Amino acid sequence: MKEIVVISGKGGTGKTSITASFAYLGGADVVVADCDVDAADMHLLLQPDFARGEDFYSGELAKIHPDKCTQCGKCAEICRFDAISVVDGLHIVDPLSCEGCGYCARICPTDAIENLSMNVGKWYISKIKTGSIMVHAKLGIGADNSGKLVAKVKNEAKRLAEETNKEYIIVDGSPGIGCPVVSSLSGASFVVLVTEPSVSGLHDLKRVYELVHKFNLKAGCIINKSDINEKVSEEIEAFLREENILHITNLPYDEQFTIAMTNGQTIVESDSNGLKQKIADSWDKIKQTIN
Amino acid sequence: MKIAIASGKGGTGKTTLSVNLSAYLAENEEVVLSDLDVEEPNSGLFIKAQLLHEEEKYKMVPEWKEDQCTLCGICQEVCNFHAVIQLGDMIMVFPELCHGCYACSELCPADTLPMVPKKMGMLKHLRNDKLSFIESRLDIGEEQAVPLIKQSQEYVEEHFSDDILRIYDSPPGTSCPVIEVTRDVDFVILVTEPTPFGLHDLKIAVETMKELKKPFGVVVNRHGIGNDGVLRYCEGEGIPVLAKIPNDRKIAELYSEGKLVYNEVPEVKQELDKIITYLSTLKQGGVQ
Ligand code: SF4
Ligand code: SF4
Ligand code: SF4
Ligand code: SF4
Repeated sequence: MKEIVVISGKGGTGKTSITASFAYLGGADVVVADCDVDAADMHLLLQPDFARGEDFYSGELAKIHPDKCTQCGKCAEICRFDAISVVDGLHIVDPLSCEGCGYCARICPTDAIENLSMNVGKWYISKIKTGSIMVHAKLGIGADNSGKLVAKVKNEAKRLAEETNKEYIIVDGSPGIGCPVVSSLSGASFVVLVTEPSVSGLHDLKRVYELVHKFNLKAGCIINKSDINEKVSEEIEAFLREENILHITNLPYDEQFTIAMTNGQTIVESDSNGLKQKIADSWDKIKQTIN
Repeated sequence: MKIAIASGKGGTGKTTLSVNLSAYLAENEEVVLSDLDVEEPNSGLFIKAQLLHEEEKYKMVPEWKEDQCTLCGICQEVCNFHAVIQLGDMIMVFPELCHGCYACSELCPADTLPMVPKKMGMLKHLRNDKLSFIESRLDIGEEQAVPLIKQSQEYVEEHFSDDILRIYDSPPGTSCPVIEVTRDVDFVILVTEPTPFGLHDLKIAVETMKELKKPFGVVVNRHGIGNDGVLRYCEGEGIPVLAKIPNDRKIAELYSEGKLVYNEVPEVKQELDKIITYLSTLKQGGVQ
C-alpha cells in the first residue's frame, strides 16, 4: 500500500481539485483522506455520504467550580496565558485563551479546577461517488490541535486501506508548515507538490519543500497555471532539477478548474480539452514512480 | 483602528488585498501592515521598503540539568503536551511541542529544569515613506505559530500609537492562529472567491466571527468566476459586501511577478476606494 500526499504550501494553487481528480481516476483502488481539515473542501467534489461520524476530543480546557474556589488567586498567578481573570469577584477561565496545560488544576489548593476534554471537531467515514471510501473531518470553530485530527483522519484511512486491501491512499494535505502539515506528511510514500508560477508560489514551495526534505521523502511537482508567468515557471523547473524533484507536469491557466468545481465535479469528469488527459498522464506517472 | 484581513481558506487573495490596500492607504496616511501569516509570510514579496530593524524571536522551553535530577518523573507527568519525556535515566525535552506553560519547570522538586529561550522565528521591521511593514517568519520545523503571532502583535502595539491604522494579514483557516490574530481587532475583512469552495469556507469563517462577536465584512475576489452563491449568502445573512475585485488575468500576472495591482488596474483602485470609504464610516461611527 502506498500513500500519496498532495500539498502546496500556499492555498489557491488547485491542490484540492487535482487531488480529487486523482481520487476519481484511482477509483476503487484508493482510499481518500482529506487532511486539509481547516478548509475541508474535497467533499464538494467527491460527494461523500457522511455514513459514519464521530466526535473527536483532544486537549483540555480548565473550568473553575465557584462553589469550591476560595478566590486565593494562585491559579491566575501561575497561568502563563493570562487565561484566568477575576470578574465580579470570581476567578474564571477564558476558554479562548486557555491552552489546556493543566497547570492551574495541579496547584489549586481546594481542587476547584476541572479539566474538561475538548470537542475539537468531527470525523467521518464515507462512501464517495467513485464507490470507494473517504475519511474526512470538520474542525470545530477556533479549535486547536488540527494536527491531532489530521493524524486521526490519516490513521483511519490507513487502517481502512489495509483492511480492504487497497493499493493507494491519496491524501489532500494541510497548508502551511506547522503541526497539521507535519501530521499530513508522516508516513508518506510520495509527496506531490502543487504550485503556481508566482513569486509567492515559488517562495512557499521552497519553504514547504524544506520540510519534505527534512523528513527525507520522495517528491514530485505539478506546476499549475504555468503560462501565467513563464519566467517564474522556468525558475521553478530549475529549482526542481537542482533538488532532484520529479517534474510531473505543467498545467495551463484554465477556467475549467472553477467550472468543474461549480458543477460539483472533478476536472477529469468534466469535458475539457487537454487538461483531462494531462491529469490522467500525471496520475500514471506518479504510479510508475512509486511502484 | 486595527483591522484583520482573513479568509476561510488560503489562496483567495488575502495577501493581494492586504498589500494593495495598505500601499494605497499609505499614499495619504501612516499605515502599519503586519504579516501574521507566520507560516507562509508572503506580503514582503510585494513591498519594497527599507529594513529598519530585525530581531530573533524566542519562546521559553525547559532545559534539563542532569546533575540534580532525582528522576522523580514529575515533569513528564505534568506536561499535557508530551514535550518532556523520561527515557531511562534521561529527561528529554521536545522544544517544538512545548507550549511554554512552565508547569514542569516550576513543579520540578529539584529545581533542575530551568526555562531557557529557544529561537522560533524572525521579525523584521521595514519602512517605505508612510508605510511601515512588520514581517514575522516562523522557523521551519517549529510547530507552534501562536507564540510568534502574540509577540509580533506586542511589537506592533509597542512601536505604533493607537491612532495609526494597523492592518493584520491573518493566517488562513479558522483555527487557533486565526483566533489569536482576530480576537483583538476592531474589524475583520473576510476575503473569499465566488465558488463552492469559497462559499463553504466563508460560512465557517463567518461562524467564527460571530462566535468572537467581531464586526466583519466580505470582499469577493475574482468576481465573475463561479456562481452567485456567495453574494446570495451574504445578502441572506445581512453581511456587508465591501468590494468585488474583478477576475482579470492581468491581476494574476502582476501578482505572479510580485507587483502591486491597484495602479495598473483601475477597477481594483475603485474597489479599494469602496473599502476605504466603508472603513472611514466605521471609524467615524466609532467601532464597538
Ligand atoms: S487556585 Fe483554586 S481556589 Fe485559588 S483562585 Fe484558583 S480556582 Fe480558586
Ligand atoms: S489550563 Fe493552563 S492555560 Fe488553562 S487556565 Fe489553567 S494554567 Fe491557564
Ligand atoms: S521533575 Fe525535575 S527532578 Fe523530577 S525527573 Fe523531572 S527534571 Fe528530574
Ligand atoms: S513548559 Fe509546559 S509544555 Fe513545555 S515542556 Fe514544560 S510542561 Fe510541557
